[in-house]
Amino acid sequence: MSQIVQFFFSGLTLGSIYAVVALGFNLIYSTTGILNFAQGEFLMLGGMTAVTLARFTPIPVAVVGAVVIVTLCGGVLEILFFRRLRRPTVLQMIIITIGLSIVIREVALHVWDEKVRSLSYFTGNECSSVRVLGAGISPQVFWVLGTVALVVLLLHLFLHRSLVGRAMRACASNPEAAMLAGINTGRMRTLAFMLSAGIGALGGCVISPITMTQYDSGAGLAIKGFAAAMLGGLGRPMPGVLGGLLVGLAEAFSVYFGMPAAYKDATAFGILVAVLFVRPQGLFSSGELQAGAQER
Amino acid sequence: MLRVRNLRTGYGSLEVIKGVSFHVAPGEVVALIGANGAGKTSLLSAVVGLLPPWDGQVVIGGRDATGAPPWESIASGVVLVPEGRRIFADMTVMENLQVGGYRNPDRDRLIDEMFDRFPRLRERRGQTAGTLSGGEQQMLAIARGLIARPRLLLLDEPSLGLAPLLVKEVFEVVRGLRDLGVTICMVEQNAVAALEIADRGYVLETGEIILEGVSEDLLRNPEVMRAYLGKGYREVWE
Repeated sequence: MSQIVQFFFSGLTLGSIYAVVALGFNLIYSTTGILNFAQGEFLMLGGMTAVTLARFTPIPVAVVGAVVIVTLCGGVLEILFFRRLRRPTVLQMIIITIGLSIVIREVALHVWDEKVRSLSYFTGNECSSVRVLGAGISPQVFWVLGTVALVVLLLHLFLHRSLVGRAMRACASNPEAAMLAGINTGRMRTLAFMLSAGIGALGGCVISPITMTQYDSGAGLAIKGFAAAMLGGLGRPMPGVLGGLLVGLAEAFSVYFGMPAAYKDATAFGILVAVLFVRPQGLFSSGELQAGAQER
Repeated sequence: MLRVRNLRTGYGSLEVIKGVSFHVAPGEVVALIGANGAGKTSLLSAVVGLLPPWDGQVVIGGRDATGAPPWESIASGVVLVPEGRRIFADMTVMENLQVGGYRNPDRDRLIDEMFDRFPRLRERRGQTAGTLSGGEQQMLAIARGLIARPRLLLLDEPSLGLAPLLVKEVFEVVRGLRDLGVTICMVEQNAVAALEIADRGYVLETGEIILEGVSEDLLRNPEVMRAYLGKGYREVWE
């Protein structure tokens, strides 16, 4: 029993990080039609920046600082690499994001180095644990779960209660009509990149004590987050969160049921392939694959 | 209000609008009519900036707006209610209207006004817009456009795909707006109905204006009837 609880929490923790990546994917995809393969890099940048800042400041300040810096990075990247494209095709933009992810990784390798780093635990240390149904759960797990839950809630409120959030959904729903309503879709795109980057950075910070951060830890996260987003239905932020949790749990329990731990990455890829083959519109979507912004 | 001079535009290398000039004076209702594929929708798209003009000039309210991005058109007082309605299908009726008033700080009062004009929308304010009937969606699209307080309303095929009874209702709405003094430029395949409301009309054929004049004259012009309305117009409209 305690073992199941242990695996459950470990799956939930990983899953909520995949959920963060999926959120980022979906936000950008639904407002712009771009699949941003540099999404995982935002988590890496967040974690790395926070580790560096934590040398000079207390952890909360370091985390806030990292989120602010990476958010600005996201905006700058959009302005530098997407803003001035004249009528780009979606394929061009996707290839740009792949290039960006490689560049960011290399820059991170030069700025930091290839060493594995981690933020220290927000409360307690690596040995402290909380008893839940007989299992020992690290307090950091609750930091991760709580933070991700808060992010999801706030994002949901933003998208559904604020005018700018509604405008963002309008861009996703029908970009041309959104433009005709006076919404500057270019600015919405910048905002989507900033939000995704900020959310990613925060996720990267809270998970850093558990999974460690390295210059190339973004790539794996991007693919798993992509699997999560596909599972939930591309372009739909909230189902994507659920998809993330499912991928995380599947990964954890595949190990529990005897799959060698070294192969646990295969679970996420297996899910990705299965979804692409069997249900490309995602588990929780009834209609066809939602085409985000179709650039004309 | 709107003056278009010698506008040329198209898609890729295909020229769809081949040097069109027309104007809409304040308070006027102008109909752009023509058969399918005449370039009516492309013309309006070029006016609001959805389709970049190749050549020519678009002047809105005395200011040159040639090639300005679509989100600027609303700032200069022009609102396009696009063909096929283009409502935000997965958002509620209320949210559609709020987004329509994105640039208008006075939106809440205007939304109330729209609810008075279209009571059906008030009943369905919390409903997802995609679940509305075709006619209701058209009303929503028009209401969404009006919330931006346009000085010039461009209507693209407002009757397209609607049942005859609803077509009548939509034209009733347009007539109501005209009586309120809203300047309107409408594109219609439904030429007789459009000309009956409009003060003036332009007949478009394969990207060029081939006839223009006061509505009554165009309605009486056998050339218009024969060449641009198709043979079946009598069966449809009488």
